[in-house]
Amino acid sequence: MYAIEALSISKRFGAVQANRDVTLQVAKGTIHGLVGENGAGKSTLMNMLYGFHAPDHGTIKVDGKEVSFKGPVEAIRKGLGMVHQHFMLVDTFTVIENIVLGFESDRRMAPTLASARDKLLKIEETYGLAVDLDALVADLPVGTLQRVEILKALYRGAETLILDEPTGVLTPQETAALFEVIKTLRGEGKTVLLITHKLGEIMGITDNVSVMRAGTITKTFKTSLTNENELAEEMVGRTIIREVNKELTEAHRRILRVDNLYAEDDTGKTRLNGVSFDVHGGEILGIAGVSGNGQSELLEIITGMRAPSGGSVIYTDLKVAKKNRAADAEKLRGNGMGHVAEDRHRFGMVGPMTAAENTILGYQGRESFYQGIFLDPGKVRAHCQSLMDDFDVRPPTPDLPLKNFSGGNQQKLVMAREMAQEPDLLIVGQPTRGVDIGAIAFIHSRLVEMRNKGRAILMVSSELEEIMTLSDRIIVLCDGRITGTGRPEDLTETDIGLMMAGRYEKEAS
Amino acid sequence: MSDLFFTLLLLCDSALRLAAPLVLAALAGLYAERSGVVDIGLEGKMLGAAFAAAATAAVTGSPWLALLAGIMTSIGLALVHGFVAISQRGEQIVSGMAINIAVAGLAPTLANAWFHLNGQTPILEDGARFTSINLPFANALSDVPVLGPIYAEVISGHNLLTYLAVALVPLGAWGLFKTRFGLRLRAVGENPGAVDAAGISVHRLRYIAMTIAGILCGIAGTALSIGLSAGFVRDMTAGKGYLALAAVIFGRWYPVPTFLACLLFAFADALQGQLQGTPLPFVGEVPVQFIMMLPYIVTVVVLAGFVGKIDAPKASGIPFTRDR
Repeated sequence: MYAIEALSISKRFGAVQANRDVTLQVAKGTIHGLVGENGAGKSTLMNMLYGFHAPDHGTIKVDGKEVSFKGPVEAIRKGLGMVHQHFMLVDTFTVIENIVLGFESDRRMAPTLASARDKLLKIEETYGLAVDLDALVADLPVGTLQRVEILKALYRGAETLILDEPTGVLTPQETAALFEVIKTLRGEGKTVLLITHKLGEIMGITDNVSVMRAGTITKTFKTSLTNENELAEEMVGRTIIREVNKELTEAHRRILRVDNLYAEDDTGKTRLNGVSFDVHGGEILGIAGVSGNGQSELLEIITGMRAPSGGSVIYTDLKVAKKNRAADAEKLRGNGMGHVAEDRHRFGMVGPMTAAENTILGYQGRESFYQGIFLDPGKVRAHCQSLMDDFDVRPPTPDLPLKNFSGGNQQKLVMAREMAQEPDLLIVGQPTRGVDIGAIAFIHSRLVEMRNKGRAILMVSSELEEIMTLSDRIIVLCDGRITGTGRPEDLTETDIGLMMAGRYEKEAS
Repeated sequence: MSDLFFTLLLLCDSALRLAAPLVLAALAGLYAERSGVVDIGLEGKMLGAAFAAAATAAVTGSPWLALLAGIMTSIGLALVHGFVAISQRGEQIVSGMAINIAVAGLAPTLANAWFHLNGQTPILEDGARFTSINLPFANALSDVPVLGPIYAEVISGHNLLTYLAVALVPLGAWGLFKTRFGLRLRAVGENPGAVDAAGISVHRLRYIAMTIAGILCGIAGTALSIGLSAGFVRDMTAGKGYLALAAVIFGRWYPVPTFLACLLFAFADALQGQLQGTPLPFVGEVPVQFIMMLPYIVTVVVLAGFVGKIDAPKASGIPFTRDR
């Protein structure tokens, strides 16, 4: 018996065939994983199952009966619940107000809330989902918000839950807690469809797993009969090497010193609370932490996009940023600091501009791109072409607007641009966010190669695995403070998870 | 002492009267912004309604038909703004300003074409207006110390629309915070994506909010031209729409504080009326132009100095698109 079935469904958006003859069958009472690279068509499939889009061809069945949803509400009424990657919650509402929104039992709020409260307390008890119903959503941590979303789906009568990348913003401990909830759901007879790109999670919790590539489901495995490597290869359709070759580097000079840094974000909230560290040549310093714990502000200060509210940044031997004085980003670039911005689309590239134009952004004053006083498009294009060859950017067409490239290829080009200047220090935020597996391995190897040449790299990543594989030293940020430091070989993922939650301090040399 | 008390009562009475259109327009702005549509066109809607009401009253002699005409005109303008802001995802400030400018030109032009009175409408008879109502026992109770005069002078003797404006404040608050509709409306101004995901039409909710804003501005304009005055004159709103928006911000998008902010602005307005030509202690007589600046100075000072951190509805001014 299948809880939900997609039978050879297809969907086209303009010129893009987003889904092609997709068949997915999720057995009732199981946890089913769906993995695939960005752009493989997972979101399109989910949006059709949930009634946001209608398929062009094919049928969808719920509990064996054919359905055609005109909108999410019909899907909800058929017992489907979706927990979106970006929570669909109103910050200024309480938990219970968010849950009843759209499904109020009465025109007046008082009776609606009273009856919902009874029902919710029962659900909380059944599934071990303790949440304070009267707490303001804005005050709750993401781990709790996730529970609110699940509670909301259950309140609306969900029998099948679709979780879209549910662990992206969670600490390992929060993830573990979430998985306990998911297992309880299965225990109570619910069906869970889990979409993720983290293969470790798939192996740990699912009963079956389907792999999506290029708009279709290529294979469905019984989880106990497969392994991470097989899944990874199925995802990219070829063999990939997931190893990095770190050479021993000797101690180099200090390149960057961050001294007792304080910062506030745009709303005046303190984001950095006395952070100090050094970065040396020949090392990758990895900064771990759940997003939003000061990493963004730290990167912005070091690269000259924000002024600290206290403390200073010393680059080589120059004090480049101090209290209320931001560093000069252009001068930093001129002095060999490369920056691969955390938010690629806002700060790293200009989508509508061509790939070639994007490869000189930030370096557009360099004489080598000019013919007299004019930019020489030929030189710019040639520069781009060589970067594309070097970094295997596809398609290798410098004249295409950069927004038309996949996330991985955009990131490769941005990284190529920054590395082409042979920087002494490379600041990298989220090196592989929105990047497909094949490109991840490539980007990792290029970062290590640069390190092996004696350059310094400061890397911020919310992917723990990335931090563990690449870093020579790790710093964990929580709530604007350094809550742990150490070498990857001395730390376990559990240690780092506790540090990320600010509940553990382990000093290793 | 009793003289000062009496002056104060008169001031309050006049403040309440002046506050009525302001309160109605502010509630309109509050509902619009709570739904995520910035409505800088309150001014134009009010002015349009003021003209339509005055013109209708002049022709038919019926204040009720005038009120209906005012409301319909204002709803029409609100839906134009809604079409631009909601359906076409246009720039909301521009659309609102366009309505303000268009109405400011159109109303006197039409008035001139129809009534040939230099851009005004004819002076209305009392029967064609909303005139003041004496509440029961106003005279009988006026001898009761303190409370009597307050009842007789301040509370009694306003026109129907003023009482309606005051009554709409608790009603508006109830609608916003105690009903299903209010919950959805507030949600759509904060996170339309969440509302959409719950299967409720974001556009429909916003159009309803715009219609409510239209009705309220319609009453506001009517109150202005056939309640407070006896006809339409060019630019008679005189920035009240903007003042109403300021009151919404000062009241942090909550009905009762917004109402109080309106009273504050109206009090300043009443005060400037009272102070004109009256010598002040220590400074003597102040030029009338300076006195007339008073309500606006109060607005600027209040907005600049006392508002502090502003928590506007997060989605206010942002058109909704499903990006997936």
